[in-house]
Amino acid sequence: MAEFRLPKNSRISKGKHHPAPEGAKNVKTFRIYRWDPDSGQNPRVDSYDIDLDDCGPMVLDGLIKIKNEVDPTLTFRRSCREGICGSCAFNIDGTNTLACTKGIDEISGDVKLYPLPHMPVVKDLVPDLTHFYAQYASIRPWIRTQSPAPPDKERLQTPEDREYLDGLYECILCACCTTSCPSYWWNGDRYLGPAVLLQAYRWLVDSRDEATGERLDELEDPFKLYRCHTIMNCAQTCPKGLNPAKAIAEIKKMMLARQSL
Amino acid sequence: MDTNQRPLSPHLQVYRPQWTSVLSILHRITGVLLSVGTVLMVVWLVALAQGEAAYSAMLQFMGNPIVLIALVGWTLALFYHLLNGIRHLTWDTGAMLELKPARASGWAVVVVSVVLTAIVWGGLL
Repeated sequence: MAEFRLPKNSRISKGKHHPAPEGAKNVKTFRIYRWDPDSGQNPRVDSYDIDLDDCGPMVLDGLIKIKNEVDPTLTFRRSCREGICGSCAFNIDGTNTLACTKGIDEISGDVKLYPLPHMPVVKDLVPDLTHFYAQYASIRPWIRTQSPAPPDKERLQTPEDREYLDGLYECILCACCTTSCPSYWWNGDRYLGPAVLLQAYRWLVDSRDEATGERLDELEDPFKLYRCHTIMNCAQTCPKGLNPAKAIAEIKKMMLARQSL
Repeated sequence: MDTNQRPLSPHLQVYRPQWTSVLSILHRITGVLLSVGTVLMVVWLVALAQGEAAYSAMLQFMGNPIVLIALVGWTLALFYHLLNGIRHLTWDTGAMLELKPARASGWAVVVVSVVLTAIVWGGLL
């Protein structure tokens, strides 16, 4: 049963305010979710006034500036700073996206930062993605074959077959889509969610894979696949412009196609 | 540490309503409203079967302005659910699932259901 309210230990209280340095003219406020596992207290939202004249253009630049110059206890994941590693995925200004590809100037008003929605929080902006990764592992995301590999070369595919993977292989598993999905919020324990299902489809349509039937068998389940109600928050929020909703619809079609004789 | 003590990150509380999720939850809400409206229709039919006195009492109840407004809402819910249901069936074929046509068809469903409701009640009143 869906629980719409946050549990008692998760309700957010007011936090600290860090004013901008004196003389700052171009000030933007970052309002950031904080939770310290050692404090025994509820999460809070701290606000930081930042001088944009002395800061890079992206939301991630602002976060790094705060950590370097204002509050070294601020905790978040980041790595590549160019939208390919998927580490700095947060709920930014009300939708999920990558802090490194979201410009501060795209946001009117305060920059509000929360961890990816409806996930257990490890600390501050760091969610626990263990279950998400376990679900990814459960689809066995690698090529499965029966036929022996050609002795002198790789398993090849035609350019036309390769095209089926466009719009799928670009997924960086940042979990923005999965944690934007209300259906995943309420049934994430058993529903695989948009990111993992897009990956499942990536292997279903790979011409080199020889376990299509087996893969469909594994997804034939009222929860794993069919909790998708085509809400489409996933496609709306994907920072890479991919469409998990369409991939899931294609899996549902494959299920139907093999049933009708 | 005991990982069960970890707080749950905010979801509905912070996620900005999207046209995608709003149109989707409207489909569910209108579905519930249709079920409620069907009960009223059954009561109306039972009153009709009971004879003249019961039916005229029912007609008087149905003429109540609050009930009339509810009936207009029910009609709107019917058209929205019907048209959005067709939108979902189209999606099930794999068509119109890109963001642009999905958005356009969503707004079309809203506008057309309002127009059809206005036509129906314009004809009745």
